[in-house]
Amino acid sequence: MATDPIHQFHIDPIIPIEVGGVDVSFTNSALFMVITVVLSSTFLIFATRRRRLVPSRLQSSAEMLYEFVAGTLRSTAGSEGMKFFPIVFTLFTFILIANLLGMFPYFFTVTSHLVVTAVFSILVIGIVIFYGFWRNGFGFFRLFVPKGVPGVILPFVVFIEVLSFVSRPISLSIRLFANVLAGHITLKVFAGFVVTLGSLGALGFLGAILPLIMTVALTALEFLVAALQAYVFAMLTCLYLNDAIHPSH
Amino acid sequence: MNESGIPGVIVIAQAEGDGVPLSEELEAEAVEGVEIEHADEDTFPPFDATTFPSQLLWLAITFVAFYLLMARVVLPRIGGILEDRRDRIANDLDQASRLKQQSDDAIAGYERALAEARSGAYAIANEARDAAKAEAAAKQATIDAELNQKLAAAEKRIAEIKDRALGDVGAVAAEAAEAVVERLLGQKPSASEVSAAVTAANRREGADV
Repeated sequence: MATDPIHQFHIDPIIPIEVGGVDVSFTNSALFMVITVVLSSTFLIFATRRRRLVPSRLQSSAEMLYEFVAGTLRSTAGSEGMKFFPIVFTLFTFILIANLLGMFPYFFTVTSHLVVTAVFSILVIGIVIFYGFWRNGFGFFRLFVPKGVPGVILPFVVFIEVLSFVSRPISLSIRLFANVLAGHITLKVFAGFVVTLGSLGALGFLGAILPLIMTVALTALEFLVAALQAYVFAMLTCLYLNDAIHPSH
Repeated sequence: MNESGIPGVIVIAQAEGDGVPLSEELEAEAVEGVEIEHADEDTFPPFDATTFPSQLLWLAITFVAFYLLMARVVLPRIGGILEDRRDRIANDLDQASRLKQQSDDAIAGYERALAEARSGAYAIANEARDAAKAEAAAKQATIDAELNQKLAAAEKRIAEIKDRALGDVGAVAAEAAEAVVERLLGQKPSASEVSAAVTAANRREGADV
């Protein structure tokens, strides 16, 4: 009857590999990373293999994904932002598919680990900082100095701007990680209630109906969260890239 | 809950170390304790740093592969499809507008030809009417002239006949006047006197008429 809600986040080696004393085993996490990549790549390549002028349903869905990400990026970062389209598309698709795969029972959720989401956010902020300085030089610092602010409170505003910029990679990674983690734990806890109460006889069986309804509702919510968090991540990536392209407010 | 007041984990460690369950109560504790101990040695998985290198490596491999596949193969392909479609639609629209222009031109030409034909037909009808009118007028004129000629000839003949008749009337009157005078006077008046008197009488009569 042990329904440990944390157990689903355990990383277990499938093929143990050790290089120089460091454990880099092919784990269940790695397996689902591979599944995520193979599944989405196969789908996108298979769906677009005929290059139809009038798209089939599969091709249409691949095009919708493309145009959705392209539209988001173009509307937030302008046409110059389109040079980052591949990375934004890759991030969005990877996170979306990894989140959705995690919704299957017994499947491991890649994005439920902070180190993974941290890599994504560091990648994004790294691109923002690198490209921001490469394109604007020291003009990139204008990002921290809003126009039209009185000189007296300017240092304070700059301090806040710097603080918000520094907190971006943290919030970006923790938002995704925490949403996925908390959702899966909640789901598991309520599902555990169903089993625990259901084993307590007739009364418990009746009592299990409520958490069962909750579990169904939460499952729907978690599907929403899975898609929404991928979108939020991509959307914020676009906004931050816009800052790198147009640092002046 | 623990009578001895010692934390459960330690008691369980003892229990495990001894390998002998102390009592039923402790055994129950031990089962619980094993879980606690398991959770302790195993930190919260997302914060277990020993799994980080593996996750980082495999994330790097899979994500970079995914990125390359997207950037090199999938996105250019979908972008190409969309662009082809946009071009095709633009071309089709162009062609449609060109064809529409052509059909508009054709309609305009047709309308023009129709208008020309109509005005031509009108002109021809006018011409025909005028010609007919002119012909009729000419015919009427010749007929009128002929009739006038005939009329004039008839009048002339009537006048001649009248003159002759009038002349005959004078002669008859002169003879009658000569006979009357001869009977009354017994002597024949001279021809000149009679004719002068008749003419004078005639003239009076003519003035009356």
